[in-house]
Amino acid sequence: MDFGPYLMLASLEGAVTAAVLALTAIGLSLVFGVMRVVNVAHGEFFMLGAVLAWWVASHVGGPPALGFIVALAIAPLAVGGLAALADMTVLKRVNYDPERTIVATIGILYILQQVTLMTYGPEARPVEPPFNTRLALPWFEWGENGFQIYWPWGLSTTSYKLFVIGAAAAVLIGVWILMARTRIGLLMRATQLDREMALAFGIPVERVYATVFGLGGALAALGAVLIVPTQQAHYLMGGDPLLLSFIVVIIGGLGSLPGTVAAAILIGLSDGIISVFFSPMLAKILATMLVALVLVFRPQGLFGSGEK
Amino acid sequence: MSDRAKTLLLHGGVLVLLFALQFVLPAYHHGNLARIMVLASFAIGYNVMFGYAGLLSLGHALFFAAGMYGLGLAVAHGGADPVSGLLAGIAAALAVSVAVGLLALRTSGVAFMIVTLMFAQVGYLAVLYFGTYTRGDEGIVLQQAQRVLWGIDLTQPGARYFAALLLFAVCLLATLGLVRAPFGKVLIAIRENEERARMLGYDVFRYKLAAVVISGVLSGLAGAVYGLLFGFVGATFASVQYSIFPLLWVLLGGAGTVLGPFVGTLFMFYLIDLSSAVTSAYMLVAGVALVLLTLFAPQGLVGEIRNRIWRWLP
Repeated sequence: MDFGPYLMLASLEGAVTAAVLALTAIGLSLVFGVMRVVNVAHGEFFMLGAVLAWWVASHVGGPPALGFIVALAIAPLAVGGLAALADMTVLKRVNYDPERTIVATIGILYILQQVTLMTYGPEARPVEPPFNTRLALPWFEWGENGFQIYWPWGLSTTSYKLFVIGAAAAVLIGVWILMARTRIGLLMRATQLDREMALAFGIPVERVYATVFGLGGALAALGAVLIVPTQQAHYLMGGDPLLLSFIVVIIGGLGSLPGTVAAAILIGLSDGIISVFFSPMLAKILATMLVALVLVFRPQGLFGSGEK
Repeated sequence: MSDRAKTLLLHGGVLVLLFALQFVLPAYHHGNLARIMVLASFAIGYNVMFGYAGLLSLGHALFFAAGMYGLGLAVAHGGADPVSGLLAGIAAALAVSVAVGLLALRTSGVAFMIVTLMFAQVGYLAVLYFGTYTRGDEGIVLQQAQRVLWGIDLTQPGARYFAALLLFAVCLLATLGLVRAPFGKVLIAIRENEERARMLGYDVFRYKLAAVVISGVLSGLAGAVYGLLFGFVGATFASVQYSIFPLLWVLLGGAGTVLGPFVGTLFMFYLIDLSSAVTSAYMLVAGVALVLLTLFAPQGLVGEIRNRIWRWLP
């Protein structure tokens, strides 16, 4: 394959990564923005979403599409409920103290991961995609005979991957509508701006917190359900999404939703493109180092707007 | 009896007890206790930063691994003897902690935690990336001939126990001296109220940097000694798990107490040892312990003792 088609293939893979990453990171960003806490167990909510998707899909008979649709509904709900429960039983009791919350969520991380190991086991299991047509992609070139279209060998994607990108975009628009146009979004934004004042105006801040934490977990689980047909469900799969989400949330500016989406696209695409052309390990090292330095020298993020 | 005398009696007593235990313990627990004392030295290093200066690091595996690989690479590839190996380990930990301190201390709170976490992740990935020298997960195994210090064979259980005790005693007494000195009081002042400490004229950044470096060097020393005594230098020791462990040990034992790190390491080591006999998901114990500790005993075991019985505990 020539360089051009190769780059297009890498960008498509990157776009799928970016779509799922945006869902996962927006959950983390929402939790950080509204509650001002860092949820280290976020990657485990992602993992639980994938494992539950496998569990649901393998217990629902019929065509793979049916199992997938049921999983798409049940897994985020269940994980969201679990996250809200964790908020009410643990985080509320440490008063959302930033440092104690991190320690507590590290504990929750290990609990979720190890309970999954005990019940689901150490195997990686696939979920069958609901539809998976292979789509060959054309490439354009100015050749000797002028402009021509041809179909390079190996340049293809699947209908499912395109669906993942579309579905993620739809969910992100849904989150934006929720935050900008609904009453619950208004309550969340009010709580984010000034917790004390929100409380004084009779906003049930504790319930808002539980909702936000549950929503964050549900978004991570949703991303995982979407990606699990192209990857496999495994009890240790939460590590990478957590690290990448951290990177995205930091680059995008802590707690800024548009910044998070922009950063997810940037990181997802460059991750796809870089790992095609360079050693993925070196790319990971440089990216992690770079993000740590961004946090040190530009804590408001690359897209953030100065100190508040 | 004055508080000072009580303090010396208690900590001296613990060291004497540990010295005496080597003659009565069965072989299995004898080996375990040697390991616990080295890991407790790591926890003591962590405690200087977290317990006294109030800096919560999520990346201490970086310092532990810096010391360990400093020694391991010097001995395995440079043909160094154990003494130069230990010095190489300390030098590596010193360099890494100065660099991390200078960068990470520009941030505070949650950002500090994430930055240290990421630096440690960079260190872990670098160990894997340079697999030609570090042999990645497989690790470097130090041969018996490479582990003879001044004619003492450190692969022998007796010598190993004694070396571990020596390291632990040095770390314990060093922190005891540190927290009783004015320097330690300033660290505690910074932990309690940074603004006020700055207003009183202390150069807060320099004190915090000193705390990071002392903590990093102690942790690196523990890492180097661990590699030397147990003959294995592997990537596991640079992973996130080894950044979480010292936090867990110190929280369990009591942050900001001199004996806490040892007590926490002892309890958690045996808790994980017992549960790993039952299930492969032994880290569940660590998770449950972390949640319960943050909820019900943020002061840890020794911290609770200090609150309720012995108010003079340093």
